[in-house]
Amino acid sequence: MNKFSLLALLMISCCTIQAQADMLTLLDDSSSMVREPVTAIFKTTRIINLPSVENTAAGVFDFKIGHRFGFLNSGSKELFGLDQATMRLGGEFGLTDNLMVGIGRSTFEKTVDGYFKWRLIRQSRGKHASPVTISVFGAAALKTINSNPDRTNFYVNNLFYTSQLLIGSKISDRLSLQVSPTYIHRNLTLNTIEKNDVFAVGAGGRIKLTKRTTLNAEYIYVLPNQISTDFKNSLSLGFDIETGGHVFQVHLTNSTAMNEKGYITETVGDWAKGGVHLGFNIARVFTLWRPKKK
Amino acid sequence: MKNLLRWMTCMVLFSQTMTAQKYFTKVGSVSFISASTMEKIEANTKSANCVLDLPTGAVEMAILIKSFNFEKALMQEHFNENYLESDKFPKAIFKGMISNIADLNVSKDGKYEGKVKGVITIHGESKPIETKVNFTVSGGNLAATATFKVTLADFKIEIPALVKDNIGKTAEISIDAKLDAFKKPQ
Repeated sequence: MNKFSLLALLMISCCTIQAQADMLTLLDDSSSMVREPVTAIFKTTRIINLPSVENTAAGVFDFKIGHRFGFLNSGSKELFGLDQATMRLGGEFGLTDNLMVGIGRSTFEKTVDGYFKWRLIRQSRGKHASPVTISVFGAAALKTINSNPDRTNFYVNNLFYTSQLLIGSKISDRLSLQVSPTYIHRNLTLNTIEKNDVFAVGAGGRIKLTKRTTLNAEYIYVLPNQISTDFKNSLSLGFDIETGGHVFQVHLTNSTAMNEKGYITETVGDWAKGGVHLGFNIARVFTLWRPKKK
Repeated sequence: MKNLLRWMTCMVLFSQTMTAQKYFTKVGSVSFISASTMEKIEANTKSANCVLDLPTGAVEMAILIKSFNFEKALMQEHFNENYLESDKFPKAIFKGMISNIADLNVSKDGKYEGKVKGVITIHGESKPIETKVNFTVSGGNLAATATFKVTLADFKIEIPALVKDNIGKTAEISIDAKLDAFKKPQ
């Protein structure tokens, strides 16, 4: 057998294979070139306390109930914290698929908080792929009880601002990670040790255990010499359980407050000493209006 | 060597004439409805790919699962993430034959009923299927519609006990495609 007949044989076999191959390949699969966003990086818009890179979709209202029991180390008389509770009621609404606004009120220090989250870049595959989702988050909180009754308190004294950059990625089907560089400005602090401007870095992630449950963790590192040493860094561990329209989050956290200025700069619980709350968040979505889709 | 080249050219030309008898679309519309006592789930896409080979009656169709649009965003997310697992199984594919393709005359206006038999693959599971296709020929244009039912359990699409009343066990799939004569792209 010479080279040419070998080549011819090869050609024939190639042609037969081609004839048997999918007719659909004739349509030159341009679908793979479509920009395809990566969805469901996290189950809901919060990892635990930290805002996640997820947004509420356009026209969707997400009702949030947050609940923290007392500290586990508060003793048997307090039934290990179960006697006490602090709550936050809130809601989030998607103005567009990339811009959402939210509001909430916490029983702890009677604080009202409002915020927005704007997704700048969405993690996607295919055309114009991006390995990460990047969002900006801005919040303002107003404490409606005064920490110092002996002085004249203007409402501006009780205002707190948070700016956060959220960088998150669904590394694999199971693993998602996020970092959140944070800047908090406090109009008035308790003493001079406490700085008005506080910088911190939050990090969090989730591991999918089943299709509908995930294991979540988050830690927020406050850069040194900004807040009193009485305050600890926030560490939370928990589970997300998704049931159709609801997401239940059950967790252990050393933070009491459920607003940014609270859990980032005023966490008092110490994990090593059992200063941990059992807590849960419930999220329930309602589709208020349906955006027109092509 | 020259003979071989000539022969190869012939072969290529021959395969091109074959493709001229194919009809196709890239914008076929496919929708499904799954109704239960609690909720009606509906979605549609307008980007189904379909190729029909006229002389043989061979037909193939592919749909990107992620292209389905739902009214509720969360439903769409769960459809992809939990039920169809579209990252693992990005496409639904049908491959089959129209047994009575000889009855279809694309140069004569009218309605024709085709009998199609083939294999449908959704969520990585394949199942044989038999249904009817209604062809409409008007002014040289060929349009096809088909409606059939699938059972979710056949494709290993699991419905958790907690939401079993919210999700129907079957889905009715409707296909509506206008097919154009295929010209090999230059």
